[in-house]
Amino acid sequence: MKSAVVQLPGLNRDRDMIAALTKISGRAPITVWQTETEIPDVDLIVIPGGFSYGDYLRCGAIAARMPVMQAIKEKADRGVKVLGVCNGFQILVEAGMLPGALMRNSSLKFVCKEVKLEVVNAETDFTRAYEKGQVIRCPVAHHDGNYFVDSKLLSSLEDNGQVVFRYAEGTNPNGSLSDIAGVMNRSGNVLGMMPHPENLIEAAHGGSDGRGIFASALDVVAATA
Amino acid sequence: MTIPNSIAITPELVASHGLKPDEYQRILDLIGREPTFTELGIFSAMWNEHCSYKSSKKWLRTLPTKGRRVIQGPGENAGVVDIDDGDCVVFKMESHNHPSYIEPYQGAATGVGGILRDVFTMGARPVAAMNALRFGAPDHPKTKHLVSGVVAGVGGYGNSFGVPTVGGEVEFDPRYNGNILVNAFAAGLARTDAIFYSKAEGVGLPVVYLGAKTGRDGVGGATMASAEFDESIEEKRPTVQVGDPFTEKCLLEACLELMGTGAVIAIQDMGAAGLTCSAVEMGAKGDLGIELDLDKVPVREDRMSAYEMMLSESQERMLMVLKPEKEKEAEAIFHKWGLDFAIVGKTTDDLRFRILHQGEEVANLPIKELGDEAPEYDRPWIQSNGRAPLPASQVAVPADYNDALFKLVGSPNQSSRRWVWEQYDTLIQGNSLQRPGGDAGVVRVDNHPTKALAFSSDVTPRYVEADPFEGGKQAVAECWRNICATGAEPLAATDNLNFGNPEKPEIMGQLVGAIKGIGEACKALDFPIVSGNVSLYNETNGIAILPTPTIAGVGLLPDWQKMAKIGSAREGDRLIMIGTDGSHLGSSIYLRDILDTIDGPPPEVDLAAERRNGEFVRSMIRNGQVTACHDISSGGLALALAEMAMASGKGMKISLKEQRGPAHALLFGEDQARYVIAVSADLANFVQASAESAGVPFRLLGTVTGENLTVDELLDVAVTDLVNANESWFPQFMA
Repeated sequence: MKSAVVQLPGLNRDRDMIAALTKISGRAPITVWQTETEIPDVDLIVIPGGFSYGDYLRCGAIAARMPVMQAIKEKADRGVKVLGVCNGFQILVEAGMLPGALMRNSSLKFVCKEVKLEVVNAETDFTRAYEKGQVIRCPVAHHDGNYFVDSKLLSSLEDNGQVVFRYAEGTNPNGSLSDIAGVMNRSGNVLGMMPHPENLIEAAHGGSDGRGIFASALDVVAATA
Repeated sequence: MTIPNSIAITPELVASHGLKPDEYQRILDLIGREPTFTELGIFSAMWNEHCSYKSSKKWLRTLPTKGRRVIQGPGENAGVVDIDDGDCVVFKMESHNHPSYIEPYQGAATGVGGILRDVFTMGARPVAAMNALRFGAPDHPKTKHLVSGVVAGVGGYGNSFGVPTVGGEVEFDPRYNGNILVNAFAAGLARTDAIFYSKAEGVGLPVVYLGAKTGRDGVGGATMASAEFDESIEEKRPTVQVGDPFTEKCLLEACLELMGTGAVIAIQDMGAAGLTCSAVEMGAKGDLGIELDLDKVPVREDRMSAYEMMLSESQERMLMVLKPEKEKEAEAIFHKWGLDFAIVGKTTDDLRFRILHQGEEVANLPIKELGDEAPEYDRPWIQSNGRAPLPASQVAVPADYNDALFKLVGSPNQSSRRWVWEQYDTLIQGNSLQRPGGDAGVVRVDNHPTKALAFSSDVTPRYVEADPFEGGKQAVAECWRNICATGAEPLAATDNLNFGNPEKPEIMGQLVGAIKGIGEACKALDFPIVSGNVSLYNETNGIAILPTPTIAGVGLLPDWQKMAKIGSAREGDRLIMIGTDGSHLGSSIYLRDILDTIDGPPPEVDLAAERRNGEFVRSMIRNGQVTACHDISSGGLALALAEMAMASGKGMKISLKEQRGPAHALLFGEDQARYVIAVSADLANFVQASAESAGVPFRLLGTVTGENLTVDELLDVAVTDLVNANESWFPQFMA
């Protein structure tokens, strides 16, 4: 399975993501620069975290309008898996590839800590390595992760199994509606999540609960490091 | 409005540039004529305390700066230390005190930005940051606002730039009411054969301006930072710069990419005193003149004068001397990252610093003398009167040991700093092995299977106030000890000396005493100072801060799998104290926070014992015999045990019956060179025998067990209650 990591100015967890994908799949991902209009043939495109273009405007708003996003959209429409983590999630939302909005944390502060995630839907391309209802550890590090959708859309997301992760055990760090931590599109090939599974994949991280997401998406065995 | 270059130079104008009459006379003697307005600004920028170290230079020279692993000591953007395998660590600490008091968010943010730039200017990718923050009394009306702004600013810049914050300090004391301290540390990794310096080489080569555009922000910032404060402080807000971490992140990537092409001959970031300092530095170090054409400088605003451009402290800017044949390649890299690239001048062979603006020569000064001939003072100083000894027998015992411990763990200065560090990205880059809350932050070295670096920042200002020499020694010793407590070998340190007005002999005496103490400790511990910064004039309306020489050190762990943490003790482990029984209550937090008094000298630091005990603990950790380790510092054994219990969530059954002396001194004494280690029960005898044969004093304290921390019949508290007390102060204060 081949993967690609999108690099935009201001993204800063691209190196973490490249390291995680390399360690888990055994091969380094291709990198894609902001101006590229064609993306090579890959099975998974990842938009990592950071502060694209400084996030001085609404988070992800500028990135969502860069040429590379059109190319990603086209790939997604053809069924290629797309994962957006943190700023990547915000960008996917701003690009209209995922429903809802990510508002400022309810604390109005940046928060970096470990939370618990419940795997709400384990029958997705990104969560097959987990069991439904399994609670995993995962760190978060963001300023704008407070997920919101209107009530009608919320029920449809829930009915369609599009809510993939929820903050569990009272660890919601940002005030997200219905404790939502990660959602996917209707067809199930685009996932956005605020937590950073790439920072919990090996012994040095103090655990490898995050590995399953990449192992599922890359179709490799989710062995612990 | 354009400020002309022909403004008359009056004594008032000279004074408002922070130059004393004799310093102005020195300028007249040096150039043989009256300076132009721009030239006056340039002198002011180069000769202020912040840039010239004119009060401290004489004493800084006495510090040990060399060592087996030191590649670059003080005098460059940051120090460079060898960490084997062709890798090196590049680090420095720098203050942003004055600006952070005036505008806490931007002051702190640009402090972080400045120190990161110092590190990547040398070709290193930043991998760790720390911040030592000191605020006024919690009940002072400005304190909450300053804490919230500074913490948000540190996080806002560091998180966006993408460096993990792995440690630091946050303290409160009324003596910082009018002058807070923001000391920012950064460390980066480079290859020893790819370090970049500021020394220009070659005549007629292009001087290139890179990064963000120049605006009017921060004009005169370094001069502001070299003066005392009074009520007019609010008017100084325009001297604070505005940070843009996005541009800095792009600048980092562009610089590292450009350095990889071999195009860079010399590089200097524009920090304090902006274009002036960076250009003079590059020329003077290389024995070259520099000619700048200000019409080529990318600007944010119209009609900026030469004076403003030369003194602007706009952030995220670099100056380089490039190989001419690589110009196009360099320009392409900078444009890819959306940054400005402009050839603004050239190197010359006439040793002049010449500034052209709109066809006019607005400055023409001897470049070497601008730096070398800066005034240097041997300021009068007096040694502070030491305090009389304070035997523990003269110190009241607590009414209730449980209450005393709860009060300490829940006090403004000893409570958990989680509220602060959860606003910092402590995980980014995926290499953080120990995050804030332990003895030292530990970061794995990328692309190496086992190596890691440990970082700690320390100083105990109340000790330095009571005895500058012992306090200086203690700051170094505690930093060294915290690094040892992880199992790392302390390599080198950076110092950030924060003091009041050096023109007062008693303040100068604090500075001199502290530097002597730091020097002595650094020599005894083989812990050279490789970079640093001096911040003086931290006074408001004549009241000085506590003398605060912050020491930030770096240590090397050859194998992070054999590393100790504060909270990793296991049920049944034996707890052993390394070092002597607690006895010293002078200048302790027991005295300050429980008895509400300040008295007695600080504990003496026996540097030979410090070294011996530290090396013993490190060897035990590296042999894999230690499951958890914590140093004993402020709050003594009682607080050290409580912190270990809280971090592990496990109880401890402790007995002091073997120990000699009054119980309150055993529990709260702040004697130095001490650690608590946890070892598995079957190794306890072996570890004690090893200590015995190494000549290291030790005591078996007890066992990790149950849910309470108990000490004989003196103390019995539930660990969960300690955690609640410890975690609740900060959020309640900031709520």
